Amino acid sequence: MLDAQTNVTRTYLDRRVEEFRAQVNRRIDGSLTEDEFRPLRLMNGLYLQLHAYMLRVAIPYGTLNPDQLDVLAEISERWDRGYGHFTTRQNLQYNWPKLPDVPDMLARLADVNLHAIQTSGNTIRNVTADPLAGAHADELLDPRPVAELIRIWSTDHPEYQFLGRKFKIAVTGSPADRAVTKAHDLAVRIVERDGEIGYQILVGGGLGRTPVVGRVIRDFLPQADLLPYLEAVLSVYNLAGRRDNKYKARIKITVNEMGLEEFSARVDEAFARIRPEFTGADQDLLAELQAGFEPPALEARDTAAFDAALAEDPVFRSWADINLRPHFRDDHAIAMISLKPHGGVPGDASADQMRIVADLARIYGNDEIRVTQEQNLVLPHVAKADLPAVFGVLKAHGLATANAGLASDIIACPGMDYCALATARSIPIAQQIAEALADYEVEVGEMAIKISGCINACGHHHLGDIGILGLDRAGVENYQITLGGDAGSDMKIGEKTGPGFGYDEVVGAVERLIHAYLDLREDGERFRDTIARTGAEPFKSALYDEEANRDAA
Amino acid sequence: MAKRFQPGIVSANDLLSGAVIYLAENGNWVSTMSEAEFITDADRAEERLSFAERQPEIAVGPYIAPADNTDAGPVPNHFRETFRAQGPSAPARKSWGGANA
Repeated sequence: MLDAQTNVTRTYLDRRVEEFRAQVNRRIDGSLTEDEFRPLRLMNGLYLQLHAYMLRVAIPYGTLNPDQLDVLAEISERWDRGYGHFTTRQNLQYNWPKLPDVPDMLARLADVNLHAIQTSGNTIRNVTADPLAGAHADELLDPRPVAELIRIWSTDHPEYQFLGRKFKIAVTGSPADRAVTKAHDLAVRIVERDGEIGYQILVGGGLGRTPVVGRVIRDFLPQADLLPYLEAVLSVYNLAGRRDNKYKARIKITVNEMGLEEFSARVDEAFARIRPEFTGADQDLLAELQAGFEPPALEARDTAAFDAALAEDPVFRSWADINLRPHFRDDHAIAMISLKPHGGVPGDASADQMRIVADLARIYGNDEIRVTQEQNLVLPHVAKADLPAVFGVLKAHGLATANAGLASDIIACPGMDYCALATARSIPIAQQIAEALADYEVEVGEMAIKISGCINACGHHHLGDIGILGLDRAGVENYQITLGGDAGSDMKIGEKTGPGFGYDEVVGAVERLIHAYLDLREDGERFRDTIARTGAEPFKSALYDEEANRDAA
Repeated sequence: MAKRFQPGIVSANDLLSGAVIYLAENGNWVSTMSEAEFITDADRAEERLSFAERQPEIAVGPYIAPADNTDAGPVPNHFRETFRAQGPSAPARKSWGGANA
């Protein structure tokens, strides 16, 4: 694990904090104009939103230790409003910092080796990974050493500070894609071929106004070729990517306009040039990093107490059935901590809740916490014997909602409640849907509802079983519904159903879709299976015909 | 053809807090839209915007936000300005405290 006390990046972080402190001072005393200051604050993750500044803190590959989570809680109380908002890219956002305080916030983050560098701007963003890395039973290899290698390589890399547009990288070591890799500019999937570990590389994925499923550019890349290959991809993109139109500047457009074959040929050419520059230092570093991510030495534990609690306590049983995921050890489990209480703000956690989770990780969780792309937290290594106690503590602090993967486990961007780019609200739509479905979501089963408050798709609406996109139609909030999206390893972009719905009509529309599913589904079918079998027509009919019928009545 | 001028108010974000601010007729920045100067013609708008832009130590990103005038002063006529004026609709966080609550 990263060691906050000895990590050499501390010197770099201190220097960056003091540099930004001087820039903030120069902005306040008038030496810098806003136009001069904006790119400097963005390089430090500081946005100006609708009502306040917003500071976006990177949580590299979604992994936190308890001291880091405690500091995130402390910062929220000292310089914000006592809570943090976890995002779909494994970041934490503070929604109410004051400009003069931000350097102090960054200095406190640096104490635990966290920062906000490259969480904005046209650069390589926070490197994300499978949030269940190093714990899930289905994993081939922990992706975090590779993610950390990429993070070290890409942080402050002079060639990548002024790319044509932002560049997002995700890494997974599991065939089940929990890192949404196909929606990334570049993705690394750890794979095995003939007993050898290597990487499958994907490029050109992304959501936003032009959703594209990432495509395989290299099926099997030897481990030692990773960084030179990434440099080759970046160098081709940096030169060929468009800079005349920001909406056409992402690598997905470059790849689509050039064609994957031509893009790949140029990458190979660049790779041949770059590869000899890598003489093995990166591989030595990777080996060092791998040693820091060894699987935890977990004690064998008797599961009798867990089995007894399952049998005796139906509330615990329900939580365990829904929120636990299989660990690589049978006597342990992965506990998903829902930040989606029915009617709450998706992804928000109070300072008290953060501290409780940090304490649980210390006592029962091998000092590890993860942040998911679904805006929840995870205790990745809990002995089953300890789960009843963990559940009790979570329950006492509003953290035991049994809805991981269910309809109320909604991804929602901040929308027009916070975001300056938003065209409609997301959060209240999510709150209302969650409340409406709370009583029967267990019956509905696995269901991904994803809401974005603008076309940029931070809420991943394209990938929802039910996707909701909030738009401004002639000065009124209007919500477009898409169906059939899938964020998994066979990623699918949902299809638009038809005309949008008004703010007060969305919950009813979603409920009509769900009732149609309950009527249509056959044994064992998830929503996506039913839609795959029946097509979208019966669902469109539920959305639109019933409304027409009701209006006519 | 020039776009028809839409009456409105000058709004911006406060440099230090980021909070929504409005320009009043006396040249002060206020936090309540109803106290803002209601601007009805393009020349006055340009003059007041220019006045705002000369105060970068207070106002970030000043612009003319369209508004309607009422007996109680200007009110938003687009939902974005309504949310800027009112703050987030989600209630959960108010009880969570912190220095900036």
